[in-house]
Amino acid sequence: MIVSSEVAGLRSSEDVLKVRQAARALAVRAGFGLVDQTKIVTAVSELARNTVTHGGGGDATLELLEEGSRRGVRFAFRDQGPGIADVELALRNGYSTCGGLGLGLGGSRRLMGEFDILTAPGKGTTVTVARWG
Amino acid sequence: MGRLLLVTIQVDMHDRLALALQDDLTARIVRDGARGVLIDISSLELVDSFIGRMLGTIASMARMLDAETVVVGMRPAVAITMVELGLALPGVRTALDVEKGMEMFRGRAGPEDGPPDHDRLQ
Repeated sequence: MIVSSEVAGLRSSEDVLKVRQAARALAVRAGFGLVDQTKIVTAVSELARNTVTHGGGGDATLELLEEGSRRGVRFAFRDQGPGIADVELALRNGYSTCGGLGLGLGGSRRLMGEFDILTAPGKGTTVTVARWG
Repeated sequence: MGRLLLVTIQVDMHDRLALALQDDLTARIVRDGARGVLIDISSLELVDSFIGRMLGTIASMARMLDAETVVVGMRPAVAITMVELGLALPGVRTALDVEKGMEMFRGRAGPEDGPPDHDRLQ
């Protein structure tokens, strides 16, 4: 069940900052401890930055989830950018098309647990990640 | 021997601010003839790949300018997350706190050295 849902625009590095602060607040509401909060916010930071730098901007949906007594968080990052031709390659550590460290996608998959990517060349990219307490 | 620069990062930085810090710091190293840079990140709630890369770049640039960089005060949750993310900060020395970071420079520093300059990023 979705307890709360909000959408935030991602156009600039200030927006990345706002989205990760909102993600932190959501992780606290979901009852995550400090280490898990840090993992969640770091993954969100990587993915939000990808949306801005690779996707040419887009938006993020931030959700607080509940299932019985469990709570979780889910984030979706959407852009209308060039898309990713080879997802396996993009998930590999150290692979980067922009001179970055190439840790964003693969790293956020490790940090979040649930990870899903929908992309095709010319069709934009949507990355959805979730983590349960 | 030269002086130490102490940089305390006290805000959640957006990317352009991080790049500005990188530029300011290299300029200050040259202007002040600094031989060491201590970067206190104890206020930082996360180090993602962008900030990690910035710290690595600062350390590399400082080395070119004959200064050593020590990153101090990393929070345990941040360290755990960085390892899982795959960020190893190659070439960046770390110390637990400012005191221990200063000790790392003590071998290099002469008796005429004053207290470090302190920059705050608000």
